Amino acid sequence: MAAKTKSKEVVLHNYESVIIFTPVLSEEQLKEVVSKYRSMITENDGELVHEENWGLTKLAYPIDKKTTGFYHIYEYKAVGDFVSKFELAFRRDERIMRFLTTALDKDALIYNQRKRNGEFNQPKKEKLEGKENGKK
Amino acid sequence: MAKSNSQVNPAMVFTTTPEAKQRKKYCRFKKNGIKYIDYKDGKFLLKFVNEQGKILPRRLTGTSLKFQRKVALAVKRARHIAVLPYVADGLK
Repeated sequence: MAAKTKSKEVVLHNYESVIIFTPVLSEEQLKEVVSKYRSMITENDGELVHEENWGLTKLAYPIDKKTTGFYHIYEYKAVGDFVSKFELAFRRDERIMRFLTTALDKDALIYNQRKRNGEFNQPKKEKLEGKENGKK
Repeated sequence: MAKSNSQVNPAMVFTTTPEAKQRKKYCRFKKNGIKYIDYKDGKFLLKFVNEQGKILPRRLTGTSLKFQRKVALAVKRARHIAVLPYVADGLK
């Protein structure tokens, strides 16, 4: 009886996936892969909350003998067993060098919301200045 | 005896123990009401690692235990996505 009720209700959880694509890709190829995974989220009863692209970014250490990579971040809501499917697709994809999926708790959600609204711009500037002084 | 104690010059006390008045450490997350530590923010996480990229102990940073766990998790995640290095030399 419990199984009946469980199968009907769809509980969505909040996740965030950071993907590093290989820098070999052209802009068009990158757009294609990004849209491929975007549609994968929506097709599996998920809901895309936010997307962020860092562009070509320098890595802190080489991965697969590459020193740069395209960072892309998906923030989405999905059913629990979707993540394993999603990550399986990442592993099979040669264009992806590295990925990280994390579940978001309520504090993380608030943080991401505020970040999107641009509330953290001012303290970040101060941080930057501090770092630059430290380097000198 | 009590009389001699009260006659100690306060200025003298200050000059003899200058190091004793160290600023008290505090947990910056508790003080500023930060609840979530973003693992994607490499510049912020740099404050919690030493030059070699090792996580600093909380006896140095003053972070409370609750947030030290979160800092450690965030640093480890950041290393995985190559925002922070696993090993480094002269990070700062």
